[in-house]
Amino acid sequence: MKTKKKLNSNTLLLLITIVLFVVMYAAGCVMYSNKGFTHLQTFLNILINNAGLLCVACGMTCIMLTGGIDISVGSLIAMDCMFLVVGMESWKMNAVVLCILVLLIGLVFGAIQGFFIGYLQIQPFIVTMAGMFFGRGMTAVICSKQVSVSTNELFLKIANIKIKLPFGSYVNSKGIEQIPFIRVPVVVALVVLVVIFLMLRYTKFGRSLYAVGGNEQSAIMMGLDVKKTKLKAYMLSSFLCSIGGICYCLNTMSGSVQQALGLEMDAIASSVIGGTLLTGGVGNVIGSFFGVLINGTISSLVKTNGKLLSSWSNIAVAALLCFFIVLQSVFAKIKDSKK
Amino acid sequence: MNNVKKLTSKRLFLPIFCMLLVMMVNIIADIAAGNFAFSFFTISIRNGVLYGRLIDVLNRGSEVAILAIGMTLVVSASAGTDISVGSVMSLSAAFCCMLLAGYGVSSTSDLQVPLLVGVLAGILMGGVCGCFNGFLVAGLNVQPMVATLILYSAARAIGLLLCNNLIVYIRNESFQFFGGYCGFIPTPIVIAAVCVAVTAVLLRKTALGLYIQSVGINKKASRIAGLNSSKIIFLCYAVCGICAGIAGIVAASRISSADSNNIGMSYEMDAILAVALGGNSLGGGKFSLAGTIIGAYTIQAITTTLLAVGVSTAQAPVFKAVIVLIIVAIQAPPFKAFVKQRSVKRTLAKGGAAR
Repeated sequence: MKTKKKLNSNTLLLLITIVLFVVMYAAGCVMYSNKGFTHLQTFLNILINNAGLLCVACGMTCIMLTGGIDISVGSLIAMDCMFLVVGMESWKMNAVVLCILVLLIGLVFGAIQGFFIGYLQIQPFIVTMAGMFFGRGMTAVICSKQVSVSTNELFLKIANIKIKLPFGSYVNSKGIEQIPFIRVPVVVALVVLVVIFLMLRYTKFGRSLYAVGGNEQSAIMMGLDVKKTKLKAYMLSSFLCSIGGICYCLNTMSGSVQQALGLEMDAIASSVIGGTLLTGGVGNVIGSFFGVLINGTISSLVKTNGKLLSSWSNIAVAALLCFFIVLQSVFAKIKDSKK
Repeated sequence: MNNVKKLTSKRLFLPIFCMLLVMMVNIIADIAAGNFAFSFFTISIRNGVLYGRLIDVLNRGSEVAILAIGMTLVVSASAGTDISVGSVMSLSAAFCCMLLAGYGVSSTSDLQVPLLVGVLAGILMGGVCGCFNGFLVAGLNVQPMVATLILYSAARAIGLLLCNNLIVYIRNESFQFFGGYCGFIPTPIVIAAVCVAVTAVLLRKTALGLYIQSVGINKKASRIAGLNSSKIIFLCYAVCGICAGIAGIVAASRISSADSNNIGMSYEMDAILAVALGGNSLGGGKFSLAGTIIGAYTIQAITTTLLAVGVSTAQAPVFKAVIVLIIVAIQAPPFKAFVKQRSVKRTLAKGGAAR
């Protein structure tokens, strides 16, 4: 007898996301084929622009698996960028040392948040909201002006590396051959994606994240240290966020108080669109990857159009988020009624 | 020792204590700066209007106080917070100004529609946003924070669209009234007072306050007891939206323009902070409106003090974040249990020594 794998609601959500991305991108290709939307480089640019977001979304997915939420990511990125830039420009420090320091800051930031959430049992939202304002304020404390990297050679060199792909080249209208390329942050982000995917699937910690989110009571009864798992999850999220911050800084080469404003919304939206349940226990970083791609495609469509106000991309993402939240709750209701 | 315990266990202890603390800091700062020690409290009449730092705190704090009324109900009934209030403020301000000035007009002195229509439409817009949040939370059982996250991002963007990405100025005295002066008292204070009075009467004279608390304490039990839990939660969100609408109109009138990018920025944090400072549990259930209001003005006093001491607006969130963390940590059950354990140990040790 053949064992047929049944399509459950979670894989269905992921499938909807992938189909939505393909449809959206295809629509873009048809509508804007004269503006170069069909070239491979457009797709790669979406990746390049959203490398930081991808790292953050991976962390966010891990948090949301435990049933929590982390809205401090946007301001943590702003703080990281500001720290990096000011460190390089004003304090003349080594870029590598600074990057390690930034990662450490992320770990400590996450540990404090995780302690409040795991051990003091305060709602994740309140704690990370305080974290969000703390990060934004600290950014202003480090430096309240907009600064940019101009002297650090190592950092500039890393930021300017073009990794050329061996395929997909084309000749543009001026007769120059364009070779599609990606930058360092994309490689970093993809490595993060693969590592987190493997971690969630095969390690003890990854499985315990699912267990805590699925049902905290049963997780405790199973003998899992829920508090420690939550602490670790928030540390992981802030750590990945710091990696994202470095990627972000490599892209923008600047730091300002207003940087990455509202990034937390994009990260959460990406995770939710990617099929991560807000109640926890269900989700996958592959879905989040497609969520990020959808996010990037929307803003790239709005930009390519050129006539639309930039707020349209905000509204479109929010509308999609709304759609998926409603879809999730409908699925949950169907599941309940089956029981 | 016993008296101290009695005092600290009072509901309004935390907000009043914080308020007094801020005032102390002000007095010390004044003495340090060489001013008259009580210059924080002096109220005078200049140019026919009330003047003084205390009045300033009351005036500037009105928006947060109005928001905090709605936020208290939302927190109490659904154990969640409405983080969209700041964005909704900016949306309702934008909608009101768009109606008054006409679409695409960036500066005007005569109104296209009657003032009352514009203002009511702005407040109604807030109410619609609140209903949307309420529908998601009560109807679809979405986590409150995530449900309100949608409007947190979208409302500001919609406001920008309504204003065609412009800052709409309305140079009309009748519109400036809401952020200006009513006689010699600043109008925002009056509006906030009216909002508080109406809500307080509604909660006291009807059973609504009791219903909200019971839904917050146990949603299922209240439903079994015959309350329509989802309807009450929906109502709380709608009220919260209306409050945000009113606050948005006041904020727009204060600067006589709809600046969608800046109106209501990070006000949601202040409103939630006010609720927490007021001694209300963020986990829902029992609430005290008086505490919230004291909390709201305390926050404004903190902001004013920080600015007076010379901290920039961009840096002020650091202090607020630390205050929030301390307050929620004090209220956290594990912390309370820890303190209780320690005091029990101490009494045991004392008892042992006496024997």
